[in-house]
Amino acid sequence: MSTPDFTCFQCETDADGLVTATFDVPGKTMNTLTQAAIAEIEALANWLKDDEALKGCVITSGKDNGFCAGADLQEMTALLTKAQGQSEDDKREAFKLAFALNRVFRSLETCGKPVAMAINGLALGGGLEWALSCHYRVVGSSSKIQLGLPEVKVGLMPGAGGTQRLTRLVGVMAAGPLILEGKSLRPQEAQMQGVVHEVSDDPVAAAKAWIKGGGKAKNPWDEDGFRIPGGAPQGKAGQMFMVGNAMLRQKTYANYPAPIHAMAAVYEGLQLPFDRALEIESKYFVKTLATPQAQNMLRSLFLSMQDLNKGARRPKGVDKDKIESLAVIGAGFMGAGIAYVAAKAGVKVVLLDTSQDNADKGKAHSETLVGKAVSRGKMSQDKADALLANITPTTDYTALGDVDLVIEAVFESREVKEAVIKQAEAHMKPDAILASNTSTIPITELATYSGRPDQFVGIHFFSPVDKMLLVEIIRGDKTGDRAIATAMDLVMTVKKTPIVVEDARGFYANRCVLKYIEQGLSMVAEGVPPALIENAAKMAGMPVGPLALQDEVAIDLGVKILKQTADDLGNAYKPGAVDAILNGMFAQGRLGRKNGQGFYVYPKGEDKYLWDGLSDYVTGSPQSLDPQDLKDRFLYAQALEAVRSYLSEIVTDPREADVGSILGWGFAPWSGGVLSFVEMTGLEPFIARADELAQEYGDVFAVPDGLRKMAEQGERFYPLMAVA
Amino acid sequence: MTDCFIYDAVRTPRGRGKKDGALHEITPISLATQVLQALRDRHDLDTGLVDDVILGCVEPIGEQGADIARTAALHAGYAETVAGVQINRFCASGLEAVNMAAASIMAGQTQAAIGGGVESMSRLAMGASGGAWPIDPSVAIPAYFVPQGISADLIASKYGFSRQDCDAYAVESQKRSAQAWEEGRFQNAIVPIKDVMGVMVLDRDEHMRPGTTVEGLAGLNPSFAMPGQMGFDDVAIQKYPELERISHVHHAGNSSGVVDGAAGVLLGSERFGEVAGLRPRAKIKGFAMIGSEPCIMLTGPEFVTQKLLANLRMKPSDIDLWELNEAFAAVVLRYMQALDIPHDKINVCGGAIAMGHPLGATGAMILGTMVDELERTGKSTALVTLCIGAGMGVANVIERV
Repeated sequence: MSTPDFTCFQCETDADGLVTATFDVPGKTMNTLTQAAIAEIEALANWLKDDEALKGCVITSGKDNGFCAGADLQEMTALLTKAQGQSEDDKREAFKLAFALNRVFRSLETCGKPVAMAINGLALGGGLEWALSCHYRVVGSSSKIQLGLPEVKVGLMPGAGGTQRLTRLVGVMAAGPLILEGKSLRPQEAQMQGVVHEVSDDPVAAAKAWIKGGGKAKNPWDEDGFRIPGGAPQGKAGQMFMVGNAMLRQKTYANYPAPIHAMAAVYEGLQLPFDRALEIESKYFVKTLATPQAQNMLRSLFLSMQDLNKGARRPKGVDKDKIESLAVIGAGFMGAGIAYVAAKAGVKVVLLDTSQDNADKGKAHSETLVGKAVSRGKMSQDKADALLANITPTTDYTALGDVDLVIEAVFESREVKEAVIKQAEAHMKPDAILASNTSTIPITELATYSGRPDQFVGIHFFSPVDKMLLVEIIRGDKTGDRAIATAMDLVMTVKKTPIVVEDARGFYANRCVLKYIEQGLSMVAEGVPPALIENAAKMAGMPVGPLALQDEVAIDLGVKILKQTADDLGNAYKPGAVDAILNGMFAQGRLGRKNGQGFYVYPKGEDKYLWDGLSDYVTGSPQSLDPQDLKDRFLYAQALEAVRSYLSEIVTDPREADVGSILGWGFAPWSGGVLSFVEMTGLEPFIARADELAQEYGDVFAVPDGLRKMAEQGERFYPLMAVA
Repeated sequence: MTDCFIYDAVRTPRGRGKKDGALHEITPISLATQVLQALRDRHDLDTGLVDDVILGCVEPIGEQGADIARTAALHAGYAETVAGVQINRFCASGLEAVNMAAASIMAGQTQAAIGGGVESMSRLAMGASGGAWPIDPSVAIPAYFVPQGISADLIASKYGFSRQDCDAYAVESQKRSAQAWEEGRFQNAIVPIKDVMGVMVLDRDEHMRPGTTVEGLAGLNPSFAMPGQMGFDDVAIQKYPELERISHVHHAGNSSGVVDGAAGVLLGSERFGEVAGLRPRAKIKGFAMIGSEPCIMLTGPEFVTQKLLANLRMKPSDIDLWELNEAFAAVVLRYMQALDIPHDKINVCGGAIAMGHPLGATGAMILGTMVDELERTGKSTALVTLCIGAGMGVANVIERV
């Protein structure tokens, strides 16, 4: 038999009949399991099965950047359409499509010849599942290699045997974090846990050696008398499922269908023969795809985020700049954080402050962070040294003369910023861009201090800068495209996600999150028990309760923002529950987490607990203690503010509104973001519920006319089937 | 409707449910068999008159599997015409078995039956039979499944019972159980258990600790803090979000004891009594069952009591004696709080905290205790109820004849 024609594999057969199949999908920078690739894996399996001259096969990758990143989500449209269909025929069709990958991997697993995989780069999702269907796995020794099943992070579950093979390989306990939380493993960990057989500097040679040494063409679960490590679900592993179910609810509030379905697939699958187990997995996979949560998460957290990270919103026709140098003025917490992320990305950073001491302190922030990373084995000493060498602390404004971009992150005061802007521009190159990291002062206003307002832009990093993945780029009235493009290039260089927003109070994220905190404080005043407020918020999918969040932000800062808003609005400002509580607590010396006293009490070395003095701030009686009502208030208050922002074009692209809401302030990721939440509720039901809430709780829930119009005309934020 | 009478009620002593417990060597079938034989032999009963043997058993697998009720009837030498069925209403199985037997008699479909239960907890541990409710993710996650101890701690947290309250209750349970034994109140009901040679191995409840004090209990570690921390506290809080935390007040000393035992109640129509030559001791006035919220799980007795009293057109003040299984101290404290029952009218002979709770059998045991106690005190009416896994309640009202 001759070698079949492959386009995704380069196959070489040696004198002993050992095939080396190098996986290299044409036209893709990263190997994914495209339809063509899947068909060829099946052809490879059949060839191995039918050609008696062949003795075995080693599969490896021809790409530098990894082995295989899993299924091709862009190609999933047909499957998604069928999975969302209402009829049983649609579901059966969806199952057939979903099962294809399981069927193909199974054919490779049962081809009768030993198949070894030499994993010479990251293997994620379907990539790892493919490896698990092989009889032997050798992984390269590079610490860059990751093995994992990240499906749940984008609303999906493993659907190509991962829930069945991994559990049968290492047991339910060890497989849990990979399948249910999307944790990934480095080569050494993977070997220790038994996910791979061997770590080698030359995985291809090691894989060949295993086959030549008589490697067996059978996986453990196909052997007679196979027992699941750690026991079966209705046996020894019962306890693990009991606790596992509780942990799943503890961590996810049961808001995410995918991990629950994955857990169910494991539970049911482990009680079935292997081939039937694969079918159950595919059925749960289809069931997951049919949920709005999966569709929305896939759209926002995978597709939209990928688009935005690639600069989908970068102005057209402006040449891409590689940001090589940056100056940050103001080495406080924000400035120091910006310097760190830039230096980490290889950017030369001038970190400027009024005194050398302050500038050095700013650099010390990076020293602390890399120190931690090195001691935890997450960064090499070389990398750490290189990172620190990129930061030059100084007081000398002439250092700005060499950089392409300057970001000011000085104290939030118009006077201070005016002085800094003027002084900086006096030293900057004429074509350099100047950015402000302000979170409260309009960019258009700051631009009046600039001699070249078209080169002036807002770049709003979130705190803490090293952790927060979102950056708002703020367009002032006169900001030009080149300034936007340069800001975006920086954000992409530091591997964060940029969204472009218009110049409005609180920009986008802060104005929305403020509505969240506001609801929490209003509830305190109404007399809703504080524990119920915090728990209901977390049940809605928020990462932190509103009272705990206010403590993190700090109560004195809250007071400051209220005062600023009151000054700006003048007579139009109406103080409410928020003012009474924040001002009152501030007067009592309660500043939040930073002084250990806020809405919570923070005893040293122990868990925080709610302060019992909050009852003094109750001024009314609650209209409802139903957690569903409280959840709705939290989500609707934020979603409505986002809709207002969208309709008034503060944020103009639904992808930015959604991704921004999840990355910026942790808005219920299960929903796919603020606008996705509105859309999954349905515009009309959303409006009806908001109208009810407005009656009960006031104008915060007033529905903008624009949304009513959209509903009337049957418009949506996203086109139907925008997924893939 | 035919009246259903209780002609007799017997039970085994409760052996400590551990490897060194006196009844650990006794097979569950032997426990059930000795109970059935006692009911026959005490009355020289023609077992051919009995239609059915209904036994509760919560872990009906292994040696408690394969319909232990029919097996026990055969093994006890009952007439082969006596049918048998094993039922499972978790902790109320023993009372449920009695109620099912009564229902059939009251409906005129049977003349006589034995209701009871058996559980060898030392031989088949709690949870041995698995099940979908605690384990299957598709069931357990939406049901907010938590172990019962977490539910008991949730009751204490929600209704404000402190560790001190629960310990004080436990001490009283020990005191009353010891006194009841001292006064011979259980003497009539006890079937001493014999080993394979025919030698008596236990004739008294083995789990009691009569000298227990509140100070002594203070040293015990909470039993459910660890599972709580593993995630179950958060599950309970997600169901009851008004709580900031769960306080873990229950421990081995204020929760029901793990024990081995069996019980049987002989029920029949008036006509059966005449034919068999037996005098009725009490009459079943009525019974009811209910489902309640499954996460807090153990509050069903309150609701089933209200349902049953309403069915019978009775008021709480019509009940002379109350008996609620002492699954956990907070369960009884909440019941007393909810229905305003004085402590001196409930669990007057102590309960499962002192003497133990052989899951499938307890309901029939405490019903028997009430029959004896009504006779001893000359009182008229008693209500017997138990809290139940997955959120249920079963109750029964009897009247002395």
